[in-house]
Amino acid sequence: MKELNELNFPDDVRYAESHEWARSDGDRVKVGISDYAQDQLGDIVFIELPEVGDTLDKGEEFGTVESVKAVSELYLPVAGEVVAINDTLEDAPEKVNNSPYGDGWMIEIKAENPSEMDDLLGNDAYLATLKG
Amino acid sequence: MKDTAGTTGLIFNEPLLWEKGKKGRTAFSLPRRDVKEHPVDENLKGNGPDFPDLSEVDIVRHYIRLSQWNFSVDSGMYPLGSCTMKYNPKTNERQASQPGFALAHPLLPESLSQGVLKLMSEMERYLTEITGMDATTLQPAAGAQGELTGMLLFYAYHKSKAKPRSKILVPDTAHGTNPASASLCGYRPVLVKSNERGVLSPQAVDEAMDEDVAGIMVTNPNTLGLFEENIKAVADIVHAAGGLVYCDGANMNAVMGIVNMGDLGVDVLHLNLHKTFSSPHGGGGPGSGPVCVRKPLEPFLPVPRVVNKNGKYALSENFPDSIGKVHAFYGNVGVMIRAYSYILSMGPEGLKKASQLAVLNAAYIKENLKGTFHLPYNRPCMHECVFSDKLQEPYRVTTLDMVKRLMDYGFHPPTIYFPLVVPGAIMIEPTETESKEDIDLFIESMKAIAREAQENPELLHAAPQKTKRRRLDETSAARKPRLSG
Amino acid sequence: MTAMRYLPHTPEDIAAMLEAVEIESLEGLFAHIPENCRRKEALKIPEYLTEWELNDHMDTLAGSMAVSPEYKIFMGAGSYEHHTPSAVSFLLGRSEFVTAYTPYQPEVSQGTLQAIYEYQTLTSRLLGMEVANASQWDGASALAEAMLMAIRISRKKAVAVSSAIHPLYRRVLETYFEPTDFEIRELSYLSDGTTDLSPLKDMDDLGAVAVQSPNFLGCMENLGDIAQTLEGQKVLLVVCFSEPLAYGLYKSPGQCGADIACGEGQSLGIPRLFGGPALGMFATKMKYVRNMPGRLVGETVDLEGKRGHVLTLSTREQHIRREKATSNICTNNSLCALAAVMYMATLGGSGFKKLAQLNYDKTEYLKNALARAGFKLPFRQATFNEFVVKFPTGFKKTYRRLLKKKIIAGLPLVGFYPELKDHYLLCVTETITKADMDALIQEIEK
Repeated sequence: MKELNELNFPDDVRYAESHEWARSDGDRVKVGISDYAQDQLGDIVFIELPEVGDTLDKGEEFGTVESVKAVSELYLPVAGEVVAINDTLEDAPEKVNNSPYGDGWMIEIKAENPSEMDDLLGNDAYLATLKG
Repeated sequence: MKDTAGTTGLIFNEPLLWEKGKKGRTAFSLPRRDVKEHPVDENLKGNGPDFPDLSEVDIVRHYIRLSQWNFSVDSGMYPLGSCTMKYNPKTNERQASQPGFALAHPLLPESLSQGVLKLMSEMERYLTEITGMDATTLQPAAGAQGELTGMLLFYAYHKSKAKPRSKILVPDTAHGTNPASASLCGYRPVLVKSNERGVLSPQAVDEAMDEDVAGIMVTNPNTLGLFEENIKAVADIVHAAGGLVYCDGANMNAVMGIVNMGDLGVDVLHLNLHKTFSSPHGGGGPGSGPVCVRKPLEPFLPVPRVVNKNGKYALSENFPDSIGKVHAFYGNVGVMIRAYSYILSMGPEGLKKASQLAVLNAAYIKENLKGTFHLPYNRPCMHECVFSDKLQEPYRVTTLDMVKRLMDYGFHPPTIYFPLVVPGAIMIEPTETESKEDIDLFIESMKAIAREAQENPELLHAAPQKTKRRRLDETSAARKPRLSG
Repeated sequence: MTAMRYLPHTPEDIAAMLEAVEIESLEGLFAHIPENCRRKEALKIPEYLTEWELNDHMDTLAGSMAVSPEYKIFMGAGSYEHHTPSAVSFLLGRSEFVTAYTPYQPEVSQGTLQAIYEYQTLTSRLLGMEVANASQWDGASALAEAMLMAIRISRKKAVAVSSAIHPLYRRVLETYFEPTDFEIRELSYLSDGTTDLSPLKDMDDLGAVAVQSPNFLGCMENLGDIAQTLEGQKVLLVVCFSEPLAYGLYKSPGQCGADIACGEGQSLGIPRLFGGPALGMFATKMKYVRNMPGRLVGETVDLEGKRGHVLTLSTREQHIRREKATSNICTNNSLCALAAVMYMATLGGSGFKKLAQLNYDKTEYLKNALARAGFKLPFRQATFNEFVVKFPTGFKKTYRRLLKKKIIAGLPLVGFYPELKDHYLLCVTETITKADMDALIQEIEK
């Protein structure tokens, strides 16, 4: 596993303490997991995602991510309706390891309250939680 | 260091069954046909399974070669914490293979099956006595099924009090089967953290306990190898709120003849005959998970139960409050026969001595390795001790690397990364059947590996080197599963 | 106590070790345990037996059991007698298989792992399914797990279960369901011995339908009809069995449309042993694999690119998923699965088919002979190696007379099905000869 200074925490996304990231584009929000989370999990083997059309609250479990020896729940950073899922992850879960903020995106939601993005952490604040 | 236990030698490659053989070969002696062939309904008729055809020589070579790729208790030491990999006595095999046992149909009339019924009755009595409880069922087919049975007993008990409860307390040191078994009964596990001494504290249990908690699942000695010193106080707290105490008896090997589980406030306890009572592990079973209970839970035990009517044994279903059945018949009789033979071979003094020596072996290892590896709880241990890889972190060597290297030294790795409360845990349980010489060799090997971690970490990252296969790609196996050929 | 052969420590060893840990005596190792937790009296179990006394004791117990060849036992009902080749018994005695642990460290467990991969493969071929697990505890718990799996997949709460499934399997299923809010709806059997499917058309909230084929009454179910009835609905078809040798003769559950095939594999080289250990066989479609309970062995390669095997998809299991696991199963019945694959490999495809045909033919012989002798065979359906006979009222007396002659003339069914008084379930395998069958009829007619 890498040291914190070897990991990426871009500033074009907001972070949840539970290691999910969210990137907004109008009222659409893409969600994935941070570089720290994928590094901790190790080689990811399977991702369980919700169905398009599911409506979930902020903080609600929207899926799970599995490595060989561990399973982690995924929690939705902002409430909304699922409008797209990255189904390429079914055959290529390693995208989450290789490009957690890019090709490894997991779901896209139509945010119910776009202002919930402000409640999330910026990259410095998130990094601080990891150091502490 | 004198010769390590592990070395290299010639072993054989062997393909998969269907990569061998030729159509028309046979390894089976077909019984003589003394009746004519009869027609079969064409709509239902199939073509038979696509199995390879092999000769007897093919079969024997195949499995002899495969067997030679395995590490086993009969080859060497398996210091697996909480598994109690003790020696499996060969006389037990002789007993279980008696035709009178091996060929017995479970639904024989009782008058024609007195031998097994008597064995089961006596076995129940011995386990009841050894645990200090009041009654036993032999029906669960493994430890986890014993746990499920325990949870079903909890459910039935609370239902009979017209007070169904929805939660169960589970310590952070619990084995994964504990919350899994509880969930199967609809109970929501509530985590209770152990204290800085590595055991349950009465305060933590008190905070979590209420009238919606069915009870607590403890393991004693716990998975850190420590005696739960507050168990009586914990049991009192749980009982005061109307709850029950379940004990996972996987670690019974530490306390036979020394502690009475019933006196500790335990209401329901399961045992693992394939751990404490010497029945072999078989590469993953069969096991047997008898459950012992205090009197208030007895009416709920699975049926049928063996009863004794004037010296004649019978199977009775006359227990209206029973939870029902968890096994089609009576449990794993073949495993019971082995455990029964073991108990009779050891006797009361032998079982107590076994526990004493199991604890002595573990204490000796702890004493000898505590400078070399980080010991999270520096306290008297019971039959197992837990270390971690903290001291090797500066060299970027993990628990996994070290135990993979241990294989090259001729030992099976200990239990790793469990319990979860110790990051990088290494749980070592030698059992009483390992001699001092083998334990000394194990200690020397572990010390040698710690030196290698410092001087040559790459060697450990690449371990094992001497085994038939090197480290395997578990990631691809999970991403693209190939589960049959 | 004299020296014990499983306890290698000499008094000198013990003294040296106690010195190293700085404790006075063996008792001292337990001094930290609170006084009120310690046992005061010795264990009240019998004094130890020498190996020779143990042999005598066990021989006496074993000698009291009624087994072949002394007894002719025409009983199946979930426990079958088949010839076990000596090669299989010999190989199963290899202590590298018997005394090995679960293969969590694959580098030193390739023997067990390849053998179980082969078991999964032959099992899936036998049952006509895409993937099989490494075993469950028995046919009964396999059925219970299958229903729980079907409920997880379908997200429904009710299942329909045929009353012609083994009564003891159904009781285990009821026990597993007791603390849940899931519902079991029983489908009764018809006069031809098959399951009554008509109620299904009015049930639109089912997660699964379970039948056994051959069923407990010996009859082959019309699996094709059931699959057709369920077509288009999200209801899983669970086909269970207690005698898998039947699929050497008849179509497999997979060929008939099963979503899950599960049952008892004891017939395949595992001794009866009064009902356990047994073998829960479990197989399903690849699309359901992440919901399947039990261990799975998968194929992979090692660092050097060589083919090997590992336990895989472990995140379904209790040691990782804990309370959200697909099952609580940990130890399964690996050695029994090994016996089964050795048996299947020993018979081979050709042998398996021939042995199934032989079982069928011997059974048909007895059926016809009993019919000719005037006894009623109430169920007209095709059977495999078990069938039901309705003997005349008061047959109990004859049954007891035959017991004294060391013949067990089937299993009385009235204990399981009160409406089936004087009905007996008879089983004939390749271990029964024509002479045995002729003698049975002769004795009954006396």
